[in-house]
Amino acid sequence: MAARIDFWATLTDPLLRQNPVTLQILGICSALAVTTSLATALTMSVSLTLVLTLSAVLISLIRRHIPDTIRLIVQIVIVASLVIVIDQILQAYFAEISRALSIYVGLITTNCLVLGRTEAYARHHAPVPAAVDAFGNGLGYSLILLTLGGVRELFGRGQLFGWQAFPLADAGGWFTPLGLMLLAPSAFFLLGGLVWAIRSWRVEQTEALEHVPPARTMTVE
Amino acid sequence: MTDLWSLFLSAAFVDNMPLTLFLGLCTFLALSKRPESALGLGIAMTGVLGVTVPLNWLIYRGLLAPGAWTWAGMPELDLSYLSLIAFIGVIAATVQLLEMLLDRFFPAVHASFGVFLPLLTVQCAILAGSLFMVDRSYGFSESVVFGLGSGLGFAVAVVMLGAIRGRLAYADLPAGLRGLGIAFILTGLMSLGFASFAQMAMSQ
Repeated sequence: MAARIDFWATLTDPLLRQNPVTLQILGICSALAVTTSLATALTMSVSLTLVLTLSAVLISLIRRHIPDTIRLIVQIVIVASLVIVIDQILQAYFAEISRALSIYVGLITTNCLVLGRTEAYARHHAPVPAAVDAFGNGLGYSLILLTLGGVRELFGRGQLFGWQAFPLADAGGWFTPLGLMLLAPSAFFLLGGLVWAIRSWRVEQTEALEHVPPARTMTVE
Repeated sequence: MTDLWSLFLSAAFVDNMPLTLFLGLCTFLALSKRPESALGLGIAMTGVLGVTVPLNWLIYRGLLAPGAWTWAGMPELDLSYLSLIAFIGVIAATVQLLEMLLDRFFPAVHASFGVFLPLLTVQCAILAGSLFMVDRSYGFSESVVFGLGSGLGFAVAVVMLGAIRGRLAYADLPAGLRGLGIAFILTGLMSLGFASFAQMAMSQ
């Protein structure tokens, strides 16, 4: 029997050590677009984690029957079907949030995170470890999304989940909302800062220098 | 004519795919380390978007939209929920076809940016192009212009980022900011610049 797969490590590694967004550069598009408020960030996280876990299990179940040459098409069709189901459910029961997310739910289909994990992990592993890995990656993604969504909603509107955390200056409070936080550039700055923070803490994640300056030769006289 | 021109400009600059709509960022960041690879990616994007958006328009209008089957006696049939699968299938097939055609007739072009083509199947920007086309109910000529315009906008943005990052290879950055971190901050700065195009569109 092969070495027992460490479920705990598989589950927690993607949270910080192997985070899909900040280290593997997977699934960034949606991470930035839906984080203007916590509610949309949460919906997106839950939808993505569901799609990711289910598709990992399904692909892992039929992994011995997928011909190698057409595996991308097979995987994408499975993912797309699951996304359609989620999209229809959101439209039926959460119409308002579904409108706020607009096409980004449909774009889970091409979220590199889903295809990246099924391609890199679920294709070679049994259903249970594949599900654990997918769930862990979903959690890592959700962690980043909720952090960004929380910061942007708190400083952009002074709210958390629509609840007024900081009293606004217009309403007699002290907080003036930072409009920039709700615009596109701030999402890039925040994520850049987050990557910087994580990599300063976990030094092993820093990228190697592309260009090493030639050592200065000191001539001693 | 002026409408199409303004749609082209707004698709390329005001609604710039990576910088204001956050679409296609994965390849945008992964392949912009050098201006040459960025240019290859930009050309491939423009080509694929220019082909797939009109193609998906034909498929959506002809087969999927509500009422598309009226001629066959089924006016209530609404297959639009299948559009996601249909679009991704069309994109995958187009990308494959383009790659084979390039390989056969323009081997030099294929060698220079053929490696990016398979990646484009799972590019959110390309699927988003088709989804926006349905969402905003464009006509056929509009969908051609929209596809080309957003492809061009992507190409401009990615080449600019590639040029900046190429220079940054020699800069002395803090270790944690190297690579991905600085790329995000640069993209944010470029996004601020592109935000001014939105103001121009409003003041017209």
